[in-house]
Amino acid sequence: MSDIKQVQDEIIDEFTILEGDRESTIYYIMELGNRLDPFPEEARLDENLIKGCQSKVWLSTGEKDGKVIFKADSNTDITKGLISLLIRVLSDRSPKEIIDADLYFIEKIGMGNIIGSQRSNGLSSMIKQMKLYAIAYQTKLKV
Amino acid sequence: MTLDIQNIRGEFPVLHQEVNGKPLIYLDNAATTQKPSAVLEALSAYYTQDNSNIHRGAHTLADRATRSYEKTRAMVREFLNAKEEEEIIFTKGTTEGINLVAATYGRKFLQEGDEIIISTLEHHSNIVPWQLLCEEKGAILRVIPINDQGELLMEEYDKMLSSKTKIVSVVHASNALGTINPVREIIEKAHKVGAKVLLDGAQSSAHLDIDVQALDCDFFVMSAHKLYGPTGLGILYGKREILEAMPPYQGGGEMIKEVTFEKTTFNDIPFKFEAGTPNIADVIAFQKALEFINAIGKPAIRAHEEELMAYAEEKLAQIKGFIPVGTADQKVSVISFLINGMHPFDIGMMLDANGIAVRTGHHCTQPLMGRFNIEGTVRASFSVYNTKEEVDRLCESISKIAKLKNK
Repeated sequence: MSDIKQVQDEIIDEFTILEGDRESTIYYIMELGNRLDPFPEEARLDENLIKGCQSKVWLSTGEKDGKVIFKADSNTDITKGLISLLIRVLSDRSPKEIIDADLYFIEKIGMGNIIGSQRSNGLSSMIKQMKLYAIAYQTKLKV
Repeated sequence: MTLDIQNIRGEFPVLHQEVNGKPLIYLDNAATTQKPSAVLEALSAYYTQDNSNIHRGAHTLADRATRSYEKTRAMVREFLNAKEEEEIIFTKGTTEGINLVAATYGRKFLQEGDEIIISTLEHHSNIVPWQLLCEEKGAILRVIPINDQGELLMEEYDKMLSSKTKIVSVVHASNALGTINPVREIIEKAHKVGAKVLLDGAQSSAHLDIDVQALDCDFFVMSAHKLYGPTGLGILYGKREILEAMPPYQGGGEMIKEVTFEKTTFNDIPFKFEAGTPNIADVIAFQKALEFINAIGKPAIRAHEEELMAYAEEKLAQIKGFIPVGTADQKVSVISFLINGMHPFDIGMMLDANGIAVRTGHHCTQPLMGRFNIEGTVRASFSVYNTKEEVDRLCESISKIAKLKNK
C-alpha cells in the first residue's frame, strides 16, 4: 500500500490534469464522492456529526490490526467528495501516521480557491476530528 | 416601453467581468443589488470635496454636506410618498429599523398579554426583535400560517386579530419565495382592532411603487443597498404622531435639545432617532440610486423583471428534477428552487463555476424552510440589468446540473 506522501502526490497529479478548470474540478470531486464506500446506517448518529461544517458530515471510526479505519458521509455531494480525498489519504493508517500527516495536497490542488472560505473551515474541522480520533486510538492501543 | 438594457448595464461597472473564466451573471439581487457608477462617483465626490460633519459646523463644507444630506431625506419622502420629511429616519438598514421600533414603540406601549402578529414568511430580522420584546414584556407572538404556494392564509389572520393585538409586523414581499402579501388588507384589518402595522419593505421597495399614505402603514422599513444604493444605510418611515410619542432609541449627540447632568431634553423627529454622526456619505450617494430608479420608473423595472421571471419559470419547468419552492400568484422577481436529489450548496457551487451568482441556504428564514420541510433552496433573483441571454445561460446550467441526478 502507498504511503501518505505517495497518495497525496497521486491526488495532486489527478487534479493537475483538470488544469484548474473550476467546473471540471467540481464535477470530479462529486464523482469521487459517489465512489465512496457506503456509510453504515447504524453509525448515522448525531454524535458522529462533525461540528463546524455547514453541510452535514458523519464520521465514524474503527480499528483493524492497529490501523484506524474511517468511514464518512455527507448530505452534499461536493462535501462527500472532499471527505473521500481525506479518507483516501488517512484511512487504514496507524494512529502515528495520521497524527504526523502533513496534508500538503490540499494547498497544492488549490482546494481553498475551489471550495471557498466557508467550506475550507469545514474541511479543517474534518481533518481536526480525524486527527483527534487518531490520538484517542494511539492512547487506547498503547494501553 | 422597452428598456435599453445594454445601456443600463453600461452604468454598472461590476457587471463587466469574468468569474471563473465565464462572464459574470449576477442573480443575487434579492441579497443586494449592484451599484451604478453615479452612486460610486457620488461617494468619491463627497469624500474628495464636501467631507465634514453635518448639522453643526459653521463653515461652507459643513453647510454643503448638511444640505445634501437633507436633500436625500426629501427625495426619500417623495419615493415613499410620506407626508413629511420629518417622518423619514436614516438607519443602518432594515434590521435596525425593525429593532428601533421594537425597542422604542414596543417597550413603551406593550404590556403583558398583548399580542404581536408576524407571518411564516418573515426574515429572521422580523422575528427575533419581536421575540426579544415578547420575552421582556410577557407579550405573545402569533404567526400567520401559509399555504403550499407560500401565500398567507388570510382567514387565519382574521381569527388572530383581537383587541389584544398591538403590533402587526409583516413582510411586504418575501425574500425567500418572492410572495407579495396583501398588505392593504392586512393593514386595514389591523387598524380596525387598533393595532399598529410595520411593513418590512426590504424586498418590495426595489420593485413595487410604495405609497405609505395610500397603504396607511404606521411604519415602513427598507435598505438602500437593495435599491442600487450603498450598504449600511436604511430608512425607517413612521407616522409623525407615532414617532413623536416614541422614546429615543439611542442616546448621544444630534438627538438632544439640551443636556445637563440633571436632565436631557430630546430633539424633534427625525433627529431624535439619529444619535451620533450619521452615515453621511452613503446617505448623500443614495440620491443617485434614487435618481437611477426614478429615471427608469418602477413600473418599467417591474415589467422587465416580470418578463425575465416568466421566461425563466417557463424554461425551468421543463427541466426534469426541477422543483420550484414558492409559487404564489403575486411575486417579485425571485425564483426559489431545488433539484431532485441534489443539495442546494452543490447547485450553488456548480452555478458559480459557470459564473452565475445565486444565493443558497435558508435565506435567514429558517421557520419558513421548516414549513416546507427543507433545509434551504437555491434562489435566483432578477434585477433591471439582467437579460434574457443570462436567463438562457442560467437554464442551460441548471439543466446540465439536474441531469446528474435526473436522467
